[in-house]
Amino acid sequence: MKLAEIRDILKCEVLTGATALSIEIETVVASDGMSEILAFARPGALMITGLTNVHSVRTADIANVRAIVYIRGKRPDKKAIKLARESEIPVLATRLGMFDACGILREKGLKGGM
Amino acid sequence: MAEELLRKTYQVRGRDFDKAGETATEIKQILKGLDIDAGLIHRAVVIAFEAEMNVVMYASEGTITFVLSDEEIRLEIADKGPGIEDIEMALTEGFSTATDEMREMGFGFGMGLPNIRKNSDEFDIASQVGVGTTVSAVIGLDSSG
Repeated sequence: MKLAEIRDILKCEVLTGATALSIEIETVVASDGMSEILAFARPGALMITGLTNVHSVRTADIANVRAIVYIRGKRPDKKAIKLARESEIPVLATRLGMFDACGILREKGLKGGM
Repeated sequence: MAEELLRKTYQVRGRDFDKAGETATEIKQILKGLDIDAGLIHRAVVIAFEAEMNVVMYASEGTITFVLSDEEIRLEIADKGPGIEDIEMALTEGFSTATDEMREMGFGFGMGLPNIRKNSDEFDIASQVGVGTTVSAVIGLDSSG
């Protein structure tokens, strides 16, 4: 599924990476625990998290996560956005909670990346 | 005898959360510029990042030494800090002595050292309470990603 489609389904605002919405996402990893992401995310996964600090982006970069969706209307701080831009990781934000965001994407055919 | 190709030592400051992860990112950039399997790079960088976060969260200061030879990637971490009382417990997934502050940052769920061990072909840890901890992690270049 293209990232642009995920943006539409989850009614996301694109915070950075608007030109990279054509990338393909097949798996999703969802956690607020960064070590879980590091331990289990398959390279190329979409990361869904409520953790909005710079370490969430750093973790995504280290774990080869392809894009990030922040949930519950949370917005990352400036440092996080800056690092995401440098790391070329698109960042989206949705008002949905973790359960709904994951459930909707799973219904649409995306698989767990853990 | 393995031929050493590259050796670099990075200083890591305890509690410096702003810079936490920069060493792992730099190691990733170096490895990506070389002809090394992406899976092996992933394992090495996860080790470096978890180790770096451990030093930042728990120690007053530390070093991460990254050594690349024609046979292996080696990461040697040495910190000055509280040390680990029970290493076996510290290597158990889910066991943690982290503070709420560390958990709010997304770390301290008892996965760091287990992640380091899981991604290593050779793993060694030694610690002295009140002095510090050393960790050695090796990935063979002929192992699977």
